[in-house]
Amino acid sequence: MYFQLGWRNIWRNPRRTAVITIAVVIGVWAMIFLGAMMQGLVSQMIDNGIATLTGDLQIHHKDYRSDPVVENSITKPGEVEAALKKHLPPGARWAGRVRVTAIASNARHSTGVTLVGIDPEKEAGVSFIDHAVTNGRLFDPKVRNGIVVGQALLDKFETRIGHKLVLMSQDTTKQIASRAFRIVGVYRAELEATEKQYVFVPLDLARTMLQLGPGLSEFSIALPEHQGERELAGALSAELPRDIYRVETWEELLPILRAYLKVFDGFIYIWYLVVFIAMGFGIVNTTLMAVFERMREFGLLKALGMRPVWIIREVLTESFFVLLLGMLLGNIGAFLCVWALSATGIDLSFMSQGAEFAGMSRIIYPRITVREVMVANLVVFFLGLLVSLYPAAKAARFTPIEAMAQT
Amino acid sequence: MAIVETTDVKKIYKQGNLEVEALKGVSLSIDQGGFAALAGPSGSGKTTMLNLIGGLDLATSGTVVVDGQDFSKMSQSDLAEMRLRKIGFVFQAYNLIPVLSAIENVEFVMLLQGVPVAERRDRARAVLDDVGLDGKYDRRPAELSGGQQQRVAVARAVVSNPAIILADEPTANLDSKTGQGLLEMMKEMNEKKRVTFIFSTHDEMVMDYARRLIHIRDGQVADDVVKPD
Repeated sequence: MYFQLGWRNIWRNPRRTAVITIAVVIGVWAMIFLGAMMQGLVSQMIDNGIATLTGDLQIHHKDYRSDPVVENSITKPGEVEAALKKHLPPGARWAGRVRVTAIASNARHSTGVTLVGIDPEKEAGVSFIDHAVTNGRLFDPKVRNGIVVGQALLDKFETRIGHKLVLMSQDTTKQIASRAFRIVGVYRAELEATEKQYVFVPLDLARTMLQLGPGLSEFSIALPEHQGERELAGALSAELPRDIYRVETWEELLPILRAYLKVFDGFIYIWYLVVFIAMGFGIVNTTLMAVFERMREFGLLKALGMRPVWIIREVLTESFFVLLLGMLLGNIGAFLCVWALSATGIDLSFMSQGAEFAGMSRIIYPRITVREVMVANLVVFFLGLLVSLYPAAKAARFTPIEAMAQT
Repeated sequence: MAIVETTDVKKIYKQGNLEVEALKGVSLSIDQGGFAALAGPSGSGKTTMLNLIGGLDLATSGTVVVDGQDFSKMSQSDLAEMRLRKIGFVFQAYNLIPVLSAIENVEFVMLLQGVPVAERRDRARAVLDDVGLDGKYDRRPAELSGGQQQRVAVARAVVSNPAIILADEPTANLDSKTGQGLLEMMKEMNEKKRVTFIFSTHDEMVMDYARRLIHIRDGQVADDVVKPD
């Protein structure tokens, strides 16, 4: 009967119940929907970061990261391949690359780029390049010295497929290595900066140009669901000689991204707190009004022998129903909004330069996670009951005589 | 055997810097099965006396003993338990829970006492029948007349088999015919079931029904009349 009493009591004043419920609905909706937008933003930043050649983890020569020159290459890739074969989980993929800084030039322009020598078959499932070519193809077998460039670089150089591009770098003998390539494909990436930076050539061609022999600059590894990179990094670090190799996860390779993510995490919890404080005031205020209006009734209940703790339970039961109702509607609203935006996303093109700087995509798709939904609901539920304790305690403190003296 | 015994009970209220002596040493003894009225004008102290007997308030000095329990030695929790199990209340303004039906209002006290569901329902139905409300179990207070609501209040007070029932101006909000009907019902309960009733009233009709009339004036017993059978 307590539940019956609580449920009926909340409908004694439907308008007031609607006010509190709306506050809870808005609070829950804001937490879940905006949390989903932030989560989508963060996920896309991670995906962009990982997909743009980084992968979940990489293996380099120990000095490569501090000085990414061709001398700091992995000279015995077979050693690394053996370690990968031993430790990689099912579903994981890896690709070996040559990666050096170079100058790209044509008749009109020249710019610094990163020359990446790849094996297209290996890159599938590891980086973005195998599915990013929008014009031409990823290396033409008929064209020995094919090169694939980004759309933004193509536009910058005012050139097109079929035209030549000269790349110049330093080889292992410390001589200038220069070669002319023919543009066979154009790719598009999430970020324009990526399109301007990376140029892709066949792996063996890069090795030949740089006189690298069988060497590689890096191994990039992609894991299923992007899980377990730390454990794998630990296992590979233990397997491979530390005086030659260095194994790093994407968080270590992209420290700025990691810092952004920490800031976003903080933002999400601050957002939850702000939303809850605003909602909490509404709950306390309206519940207090309801309690003071029913002073006589609480006095009666005490006169009948109801203990203070039972009166507190009664008021909390009423809050429980209001919170439950608000949470249900808030969740439905949030899920509907996320569903509505899941196809089109929110277009942030108007701030694309700023967004690109932070590694964000132009279009943000919301992403709901079970954890975020549970946290939002639990925060609202438990803190909602917590703030209802104050009006409940007020109700329990009315003495029967004081309360029934009220008219 | 005395079901209520008060000895030199005083009650002083503080109103700011002022002290108001509502009761100035009242000694009473009311037997089980009694049908007594505390009568007097407004401000005489009769309601204060009733509140002390009901454990709603504590005396400043003196003792109040109900069914052998000395209130001065009890905690608030014990007093609440006492009110739950041994004392029934009927108020001037009925004070029913508006969102519960008649039968649910009567069941509510038994719910607080931990009586099982099936037994609650049966007892509530029986006592509502006793007060003449059979067939109106599911009506909410707003759907009942004043007299019917007061009958529900009496049913609620009686259903838990209390030692005493305290009724504070129970007929004040009722017309004379309805009030009379209520008093007849209470009298019948008193005679058949030996339920002790103590009224606080300045209604002549209630005073006429009471077998014992205790006049209170200026916080003291002015007169104590037991009517012949």
